[in-house]
Amino acid sequence: MLKYVRDLGKTGVESIQSIGRAGMLFGQSVTWGGPGSAGFLDLIKQIHSVGVRSLSIIIVAGFFVGMVLALQGYNILIKFGSVSALGTMVSLTLLRELGPVLAALLFAGRAGSALTAEIGLMKATEQLSAMEMMGVDPLKRVITPRLWAGMISVPILALLFSTVGIWGGAFVAVDMLGLYDGAYWSNMANTVEFYDDVVQGLIKAAVFGVVVTWIAVYQGYDAAPTSEGIGKATTQTVVISSLAILGLDFILTAVMLGGV
Amino acid sequence: MRMRNIELMVGGFMVMGIIALVLMALRVSGLSMDAAGETYTIKARFENLGGLTDRAKVSLAGVTIGRVTNISLDEEWYAAVVEMEIDKSMSTLPIDTSASILTAGLLGEKYIGLSVGAEIDYMTDGDWVQDTQSAIVLEELISRFLFSQAEGE
Repeated sequence: MLKYVRDLGKTGVESIQSIGRAGMLFGQSVTWGGPGSAGFLDLIKQIHSVGVRSLSIIIVAGFFVGMVLALQGYNILIKFGSVSALGTMVSLTLLRELGPVLAALLFAGRAGSALTAEIGLMKATEQLSAMEMMGVDPLKRVITPRLWAGMISVPILALLFSTVGIWGGAFVAVDMLGLYDGAYWSNMANTVEFYDDVVQGLIKAAVFGVVVTWIAVYQGYDAAPTSEGIGKATTQTVVISSLAILGLDFILTAVMLGGV
Repeated sequence: MRMRNIELMVGGFMVMGIIALVLMALRVSGLSMDAAGETYTIKARFENLGGLTDRAKVSLAGVTIGRVTNISLDEEWYAAVVEMEIDKSMSTLPIDTSASILTAGLLGEKYIGLSVGAEIDYMTDGDWVQDTQSAIVLEELISRFLFSQAEGE
């Protein structure tokens, strides 16, 4: 009995310590190492590896999500005789919710896990300690460019997801189901507000970008330097960031809509 | 060479993001880049808007010629004041034009329908539409119908 209480306490202390370490890591690595630091070239390389390489999955996923939204929406709305609201429905769903959330979830699976494994392996093969020995700060040299690359990439990916999805919806609604394309586009343009819908979606995506990359680099940096530890950290990255995205999504939506 | 390719691809990625943002702004959310001066504003008082919102269409003979830009409450008249932007190309609205709030379909969005009058003077910026007709509120219609039924018996 006492053992369970002790275990509970241990878990509690450990998770609080871990949050503290994650906070320290973020604080120390979010700033650049001063002008002329080697990070900038690396930033471009990292945007390439986390952002550009995630493009294919984001675009394919976005297209299919948009298509299925249009198909489902058409079959629901036709019962109420208001299929002309289909464009509005597809675009608002994508811009406000699915674009940021799904792009961030896919990013966590595609790029977050890779980041964790990469940093974890650097730690296991003692590359990070070697850098320290050479007087190079591994936080600034390794973590900073990766953190920023993720924070820059996720909003762009979310935006592309929504864009492709809206055009995918138009493809199904207009070309396959024969909806009048003026109804699809003009009702959308009348209802969607740039600041309320597009910008709020971008804010959401930016928050998710920070959180997902932060979790990924922290899990890698904090992983036990064994092959088992890296595997565990990679799983943890995907699990924790997915839950964090979904939880934060509700909080952000509640704050933005102001209803709760 | 390899680094240059990477830079090119990252640049392309950024450009795609910017293009997507511009598409979102112009095509999806219908932000117009029209310079000021291509439209003129007219105003109208309505007793009841019945769900008319900002950016609703203003149409003449079914063709959209403008948008609602601002809705406020006139505290003296206890009436709603609707400001609408009309395309400069449609600058020949007679001053006795009337405005009514209509619904697209049974459950569709509200819009303002203009019908032209017969005067020879035209409306200019800031003019008021004198003759307006409020939105039809379904509940009022139904209750009026029910009362008339009850009286008839």
